[in-house]
Amino acid sequence: MKHATPKATQHINQNEGLIFEKSSAGKAAWKLPPLDVPEVDTKELLGLSERKDLGQMPEVSEIEIIRHFTRLSTWNYAIDLGMYPLGSCTMKYNPRVNEVVSRLDGLANGHPYQPEKISQGALRILQTLSECLIEITGMDAITLQPAAGAHGELTGLLMVRAYHESKGAPRKKILIPDSAHGTNPATAAMVGYAVENLKSNARGMVDVAALASQMNEDVAALMLTNPNTLGVFEQEIYKIAEIMHAKGGLLYMDGANMNALVGKVRPGDFGVDLMHLNLHKTFSTPHGGGGPGSGPVAIKKMLQPFLPTPVVITKPDGSLGFDYNRPQSVGRVRAFYGNFGMFVRALAYTLANGPDGLRQTTEDAVLNANYIRKGLEGVYDLPYSTPTMHEVVFSDKLQAKKGVKTMDIAKRLIDYGFHPYTTAFPLIVPGALMIEPTESEPKEELDLFIDAMKSIAQEVEEDPQMVLDAPHTTRVSRLDEVAAARKPVLRWKPAQ
Amino acid sequence: MRYLPKSPADREAMLKAIGARSIDDLFAPIPAEYRLNRDLKVPRQMAESEIVDWFRERSRENGDGYATFLGAGAYYHYRPVIIDSLISRGEFLTAYTPYQAEISQGTLQSIFEFQTMICELTGMEVANASMYDGSTAAAEAVMMAARLTGRDSVVIARSVHPEYREVLATYAHHQGMPLSTVPFTDNARLDLNQLDKSITTDTACVLIQSPNFFGTIEDINAIAEIAHQRGAMLVVSIAEAVSLGIVEPPRQADIIAMEAQSFGVPLGFGGPYCGVIATREQYVRQMPGRLVGQTTDRNGKRGFVLTLATREQHIRRERATSNICTNQALIALMANIFMTIYGKVGLRELAKQNLAKAAYAAQQFGKYAKVLFSGAPRFNEFALQTSEDPYAINNQLLEHKIVGGFPLKKFYPELGNTALWCCTEMTTRASIDTAVRLVAESESSAQSAKSAVQDVQEVVR
Repeated sequence: MKHATPKATQHINQNEGLIFEKSSAGKAAWKLPPLDVPEVDTKELLGLSERKDLGQMPEVSEIEIIRHFTRLSTWNYAIDLGMYPLGSCTMKYNPRVNEVVSRLDGLANGHPYQPEKISQGALRILQTLSECLIEITGMDAITLQPAAGAHGELTGLLMVRAYHESKGAPRKKILIPDSAHGTNPATAAMVGYAVENLKSNARGMVDVAALASQMNEDVAALMLTNPNTLGVFEQEIYKIAEIMHAKGGLLYMDGANMNALVGKVRPGDFGVDLMHLNLHKTFSTPHGGGGPGSGPVAIKKMLQPFLPTPVVITKPDGSLGFDYNRPQSVGRVRAFYGNFGMFVRALAYTLANGPDGLRQTTEDAVLNANYIRKGLEGVYDLPYSTPTMHEVVFSDKLQAKKGVKTMDIAKRLIDYGFHPYTTAFPLIVPGALMIEPTESEPKEELDLFIDAMKSIAQEVEEDPQMVLDAPHTTRVSRLDEVAAARKPVLRWKPAQ
Repeated sequence: MRYLPKSPADREAMLKAIGARSIDDLFAPIPAEYRLNRDLKVPRQMAESEIVDWFRERSRENGDGYATFLGAGAYYHYRPVIIDSLISRGEFLTAYTPYQAEISQGTLQSIFEFQTMICELTGMEVANASMYDGSTAAAEAVMMAARLTGRDSVVIARSVHPEYREVLATYAHHQGMPLSTVPFTDNARLDLNQLDKSITTDTACVLIQSPNFFGTIEDINAIAEIAHQRGAMLVVSIAEAVSLGIVEPPRQADIIAMEAQSFGVPLGFGGPYCGVIATREQYVRQMPGRLVGQTTDRNGKRGFVLTLATREQHIRRERATSNICTNQALIALMANIFMTIYGKVGLRELAKQNLAKAAYAAQQFGKYAKVLFSGAPRFNEFALQTSEDPYAINNQLLEHKIVGGFPLKKFYPELGNTALWCCTEMTTRASIDTAVRLVAESESSAQSAKSAVQDVQEVVR
């Protein structure tokens, strides 16, 4: 490498094939206890339904499995290794006590259908978390059932639809700003709504005049991310809410960026009618390589009849239980009650913080993003100079003159020991570099990041080809994604 | 706050570098009238030891230490300890979706192995990287069938998990997708005559579950033949994945929607679980969810990437195959490790123990109460009809730290006093024998009460 980087050093790591390539007959990593009931004749019990062969399933020993997955793990970048500045994804520290409490026997082994009288612990967790989230968002009620953010959006729009139907007609359209996450329009389509695009103004915010002219009785709701995907707070939020409400529409807030607001301002106080939260972003549950998430939806009172079934209630005797008798409900969006294990973690996080910790967390997240903005302004193009909240979006305009795009800079960042930022999103910024440090980064890590980004900008000037060829230090170089899509190989097969 | 890595001096220095007087300057974009000028009313900041204590208390209130006969879509199987050792590695736990392939090969390769094993177990050609759970996977599979066939309506077996059917109803409602339900017969298998009558030229697919909600294995051949003859697809939901160790998979299906919870995922009061969709290669471009594919790097070295992303919401927005974004990667990793541990031989032996325990329990219970639905093969669940209300029986069992079968009244009122009992390799003979004894006692007292009433009636007459 041309410039030595203080953040990372290359070191040896192990090669490892696919697990199937290690398999051989007779190896085993399992042992069952002796059967304490009579053996059965499987043929007699199952007849033609009996399975004879499990094909290419592997046969390996326990140490091989430990090494296999440990080796694979060392090929991943992770928050535990360093800053993971993916904009919009909120890669913050995942506290370990959350993992411990979610594995306590009564919680980890609780069956969803066990009688309510021996489920009071789980019900209390559902209720306590609900109360905390309602207070944090300033809303009136909540469902924890949705399994992820996009699933929360689906649940929210189902309630929007049910609400309008109860008023006479479901309406036809959902307004979505051009800066929105792709899940917003995809969700609207799933609920049978047409999508109408809403243009941003020159400051990267909703064009309020355009909204006023596009809003009419056909519009069911506006789906708004606030702060939006540029990390900009919609300053005219109350005007936006008023325009929606005046024509009977609802204001849906995509809560993906709620980590910029917790303890400082509450969506319920600025006119939002319903919103989803991403427990895996704001509330620190682990991303786990892409799930599980959890996407509770908080709502205002008028939407309460439409909540998915069941809801947690306090019964006359003071105990907690589930209420299934909700005739106006949108129905169920998932079996059982949602990703309970994530509720345990999110609640543990909330308890660890308390009101002061939650507020300080938000302040540090915003402080970190502004510190990066200050450090990189001028080095990278800042398309919107509007104040930054928890994330900052630059563009590759300056570097593109040398033929280097945002993805190339991102790949080079890997060589400096960082995970890349989010590339090419939001769509309203061509060649976007979307950077979200979260509150979890110390000043030293931020300084290393700023230095790395400056150094790459310099490399682009001096030796653009080197940046185009990055990363140079990973176990694989850039992978051929076109070939992967053209002739998909989606599973291993034994050599013929 | 112990998770925040800054000293007051750091914050000062950073504010100074930014050119802000105080942190409030950075929140100036929020109109003052909406700013929260008080503490949130949430519990005060707690020490780690207090947090552990609080949740221990909740754990104790939550059926800790009970033996369970509950199944019904969530199964209590042994979880080998190395599952948690491995998924607790920060490089798996705290990584994001593997968009940056060069530094995500661990996650990507493990998903590729997961896809391969799901294909092997289901007999399908391709499997995705996971879905939220079995219920949403079934709903998404049905919508996929509608896209593939260009047809709108769906025929569902009444023996599909009732909550899966509710989820499908929610999803289908706004897709303009009419649903019709086909009953089951005396052996709990799908009523083939009714199935035949229910399929029209507008039927996109038939959705069944096997083993079905009652634990009965469906006649896949016959159902597939009827569906396919009429141009409809067959979608099979599998809620008890361990069954695949000994039950022939529904190879004739066009799409399989699975719940992989049984593969090493804790019951966790209902989630997170791990749905999966598997199908034939020719349908892959209509499949929702993330997919990992094999490719090579610039030096010809094998590597893995997320692929066929043009199906997905971040590219196609409102024209995507689904709005699903992330999957259940960490839970899929649990399932992956579980499948690797048991493998080709262990999975069969494990399934065989489940079969044996349930067969023994059904036989023992059958001496004192009525096991319904004989005449078709079952896996590890059976329906038991009693004279006494199963809720009352379960209350008695709870006194002995046993959670009895799942009362079916709520979803199948026509079955009366029937509960769905499940046995896995975790169910001991001792707990089966105790439960049988308690049910026998309850039945005999119910019987004598009944005959006493009859005696009285006869005397009166």
